[in-house]
Amino acid sequence: MIPEIGHFALILALCVAVVQGILPIYGAAVGNSALMAVAKPAARGQFFLVLTAFGCLAYAFAEKDFSVLYVAATSNSQLPLHYRLAAIWGAHEGSLLLWTFILTIWMFAVTLFSAHLPESTRSRILGVMGLVSIGFLLFMLTVSNPFERLIPAAAEGRDLNPLLQDPGMVIHPPMLYMGYVGFSVAFAFAIAALLGGNLDAAWARWSRPWTTVAWCFLTVGIAMGSGWAYYELGWGGWWFWDPVENASFMPWLAGTALVHSLAVTDKRGGFKVWTVLLAIMAFSLSLLGTFLVRSGVLTSVHAFATDPKRGMFILAFLAVVIGGSLALYAWRAPRVGLGGSFATVSREGMLLANNVLLVAAMGSVLLGTLYPLFLDALDLGKISVGPPYFDSVFVPLMAPAIFLMGIGPLAQWKKASLPDLANRLKWAFGVSVVTAIVLPIVMGNWTPLLSLGLLLAIWIVTSAAVTLRERLTHVAGNSLGERLASVPRSYWGMLVAHCGIAVFIVGVTMVKGFETEKDVRMNVGETATIGDYVFRFDGAQDVVGPNYTAARGTFAVSRDGREATVLYPEKRRYTAQNQIMTEAAIDPGLLRDLYVSLGEPLDDGAWSVRLYHKPFVDWIWGGCFIMALGGVLAISDRRYRIAWRRQEPAVPASARAAKRKVA
Amino acid sequence: MNRFLLPLSIFIVVVVFLGIGLKLNPREIPSPLVGKAAPDFSQPQLFEPTKIFSPADMKGKVWLLNFWASWCSGCKTEHPVLMDLAKSGEVPIYGMDYKDQRDEAMTWLSRWGNPYPIVGVDEAGRVGINYGVYGVPETYVIDKQGVIRYKQIGPLDPDTVEKKIIPLVKQLETQ
Repeated sequence: MIPEIGHFALILALCVAVVQGILPIYGAAVGNSALMAVAKPAARGQFFLVLTAFGCLAYAFAEKDFSVLYVAATSNSQLPLHYRLAAIWGAHEGSLLLWTFILTIWMFAVTLFSAHLPESTRSRILGVMGLVSIGFLLFMLTVSNPFERLIPAAAEGRDLNPLLQDPGMVIHPPMLYMGYVGFSVAFAFAIAALLGGNLDAAWARWSRPWTTVAWCFLTVGIAMGSGWAYYELGWGGWWFWDPVENASFMPWLAGTALVHSLAVTDKRGGFKVWTVLLAIMAFSLSLLGTFLVRSGVLTSVHAFATDPKRGMFILAFLAVVIGGSLALYAWRAPRVGLGGSFATVSREGMLLANNVLLVAAMGSVLLGTLYPLFLDALDLGKISVGPPYFDSVFVPLMAPAIFLMGIGPLAQWKKASLPDLANRLKWAFGVSVVTAIVLPIVMGNWTPLLSLGLLLAIWIVTSAAVTLRERLTHVAGNSLGERLASVPRSYWGMLVAHCGIAVFIVGVTMVKGFETEKDVRMNVGETATIGDYVFRFDGAQDVVGPNYTAARGTFAVSRDGREATVLYPEKRRYTAQNQIMTEAAIDPGLLRDLYVSLGEPLDDGAWSVRLYHKPFVDWIWGGCFIMALGGVLAISDRRYRIAWRRQEPAVPASARAAKRKVA
Repeated sequence: MNRFLLPLSIFIVVVVFLGIGLKLNPREIPSPLVGKAAPDFSQPQLFEPTKIFSPADMKGKVWLLNFWASWCSGCKTEHPVLMDLAKSGEVPIYGMDYKDQRDEAMTWLSRWGNPYPIVGVDEAGRVGINYGVYGVPETYVIDKQGVIRYKQIGPLDPDTVEKKIIPLVKQLETQ
């Protein structure tokens, strides 16, 4: 009964989505406010219906209802409750329901925080989101129904893929989808603006916080996926340029470009046409990612089970949504007109260069990802494109972008002077170059890439320090504390996010430059040395988990003769699918990770063992979280809180500063 | 050309390729073993572990070697196709039980039916490595001289059997 309620709720949600996608947009076009008023209740109704469906599926998992095909296929009675609930998004159908659920969450959020928007704009935005939702609900109801029954019921479920039985996997997909789907809001804003013909600074101001929130979620989502790959796959790597990883990275690059381009449109009214295109691109790439993951056109370690009907459906959906919006763009954008002019050397110029580089990077990732498909389609042979391609195109594109990152915030809008910028930044640059050359020599391993990485990281931090110091001389306040407090949060957000990139680069550079890896055969009692650390293998015991049995190795790690830590890597056999999983043991640290994973059992209790010493590896993810923190700071800025409260009249900047002084 | 049409044009090209891509199978990789002698092995048989199964016994016959396992869902999918093919008597299908438990494999065959005259056991997957098996099921067509003529990655479907396997077998038998 409960699964049927869920199924029925989805059907109702589809009906509501159709109404929401048609009436408000038509109402906005003809100026009928009764039709426009449908948008808000429809969006909220859709949210509650999809919530009901989601709850029903969760209930089926919690109650181990193996008469539901999807539940039987992705869970097992031995599977602990938290993983049974995470199994909701453990495979294709359920993750699609999660996608749709998150889309309706964003819709609901738009209805809550759009009181300050003109009625016609709000109804267009919700209408566009309704149209997107139609596609996904139809997709579920036609070829991917999570509530399909299995009669007679299975006695036992097939279990969740053991790779996904991990805390990281519980949070990673919802985070990632919040990001993917979050770009649908910026997309809907852009389409609404194209439809209404009112692409102005106000449009950009409304889009900014939504885009930043989505970007934060996506950043955290990607970082968590990468962290998961690092500790769960047992290869010690953190990014593989796999098609599915690229599918999440491309929207991130487009979204990052969008965040910056929106800043220009908001502050200067420029880049409008470009910003609209980026908003369409960011969401289109999210949809493309969905297609690549689920259609089976590319081989990947994480591809979902494939079905040609599903591939056809998503492709048709892509063609309608992306093709339609790009056609609308081609039709409407020429009339938008350009913003104010600016010199090449100006903040606009730098941000434009940043955008071009980010989009070029996105394009090269797209090309690398689809290249095997292109060649195969043209019958030119089978190839695979791997890390060497991506590394060699990515570094040259990102290095100048990061260099500009240091200069951009210091440049004036409209026109800046190059000699003046050089003068202001000479110390930052000098310090960066000297440190980048000397530091690797001191550490005993000088390579050009190591120096380049450190140069960029230190450059970001030193130039951010210069930016902040200059900013402090311009803001009101007598003591340093007062002046620090009057720097707007959005400004702090930018600085923090940029420093996050620096932390990330340090992580990547140090791991590439200094990691050590050893594959050894270890008998019980034998030791192996990596760096300053001595690993002693104390044998492996059999242990029994809830739904697996495992061999658990014990490794005593010491440094300078003193016990540092004990690590317990496991080799698990998950009983339901008879799958072997390597569970690496990691001793994380601010400056290094120690990483042990078990290979194969050899005779007499010996094992083949893989040991890693990874300096600064946690900085990679730390950097991503700092970037996201920057985003959070930016949206907590005062001006957005004011924007939400429509009643409060706009206060001129000087008066605002005065008010703050009094406070 | 109107520069505002450029994004749409690029997108259309991408969609066309994605559409073609849907019809292709990225996992279908030409095997370097096609045209080469089938790697030799001598493995214990599933039902009579004391007896040995080896490709040398098959000289002079055209036959199929099918890698399968009881834990593999694709093998269940192709199983009816194998049963039909075995019943038709067009070509003998020999099985290789890949990385499996002996008792589970026997239960599986007695439950669903056994299309194989002989099943070899490749518990450690060594034979699979020599044959370049990506994943089960995989099927090899081997000719009278013991040369691999065709490799199917993934489940066999009636269409492939009809249009590729049977014509190929007939042609090889006349040689």
